[in-house]
Amino acid sequence: MVDFILGHYAYWFTLALLVIGLYGMMMKKNLVKKLIGMTIFQVSIIIFFIASSVKWGATVPILDHGDIEKVHLGMTSAIETAKYINPLPHTLMLTAIVVGVATTGVAFGLVIMIYKRYKTLNETELLMRMKKEDDSDSNQ
Amino acid sequence: MRIIYYLVLIVFCGLMFYAAAGLPNRGDPNAPMNLPKSRCGSTEAAHYYIQHAEKDAHTDNMVTVILADYRGYDTLGEETVIYTAGLICFLLLRKRKKEKAK
Amino acid sequence: MIQKDTNPIVSLVSRVVSPFIMLYALYVIFHGHYSPGGGFQGGTMLAAAVLLVRLSAGTELAQLQFKKVWGTLLGSIGVLVYFGTGFTAMLLGGNFLHYETLPLSSDPAVARGWGILLVEIGVGIAVMGILVAIYDDLLEGEPL
Repeated sequence: MVDFILGHYAYWFTLALLVIGLYGMMMKKNLVKKLIGMTIFQVSIIIFFIASSVKWGATVPILDHGDIEKVHLGMTSAIETAKYINPLPHTLMLTAIVVGVATTGVAFGLVIMIYKRYKTLNETELLMRMKKEDDSDSNQ
Repeated sequence: MRIIYYLVLIVFCGLMFYAAAGLPNRGDPNAPMNLPKSRCGSTEAAHYYIQHAEKDAHTDNMVTVILADYRGYDTLGEETVIYTAGLICFLLLRKRKKEKAK
Repeated sequence: MIQKDTNPIVSLVSRVVSPFIMLYALYVIFHGHYSPGGGFQGGTMLAAAVLLVRLSAGTELAQLQFKKVWGTLLGSIGVLVYFGTGFTAMLLGGNFLHYETLPLSSDPAVARGWGILLVEIGVGIAVMGILVAIYDDLLEGEPL
């Protein structure tokens, strides 16, 4: 039981961040607060991948001098892979971070255009003004 | 209406908790992603990349080799994503010059 | 942002520190081979060096360091460098993004190393241009 808790507690902390992000996206009425919730959601996924890619007793994924000598001598299969952590999740999360930055930039651009047109950032107020504009357009 | 939102949150939380309990222990050197061979007998990707990064590309840093050489196509797609985001902001937000009256 | 008066300490320190941040960012890009780093990290630090002067001295004064029109221009040049490397490899007979067919070195492993460096430079330039361009667009579209 203690072994199970010690092996899985990191996943539960990222689950807490996930639920906080989802709560912010669903329950808040201001558009900027919804965007903050979306950013927290993205960051929790990145933390989950990075936290689950460690190996006990291993070091950073950069080859050190002894292993470089082994490669120059031609014995590539003598490199112990249990000494280095898994490099694949780190690579994929680099891409994910930059995509998150791009999405946040575009989302804030859209929020600025919404405010220029409708002069409000509250969700219920925004829906009412959009409905009023649709009704006045269809009555013409 | 807010009761439904809270119920959705609790169900989502319970589902994720159940899914996380099925994952292997964090940091286990015998987890399926850290072994030399995968379950169907082929070579595991991380094992191949760690052993062959210096021989193939004369580079010590494995993460850069994976990002720019073994998976270089994905990095091209990701750079296109950030370029598209820059173009979207440019087209939405720059002010237009007023047209001169003829 | 409208500011009433500029603090001389903030203004002087940001102007002095910004070239050193750019130098360190170039170090991070070029040492992606031997230590943690690479194109994305260095590009973001270059953008941070430009945005520091923009935030502390105002947009009009910061045009002396980095003009507004260079943002999307540098973004396009970065994507062109990346795509051009892959396309040149295809024109010379190999597959797309096959760095061994480029005439950079006789040893195929060293040629792949140089190909990785070219590609990372392209990524760094593109990320810097786009991040500064997004900031400038958000500032210009401010509804007043």
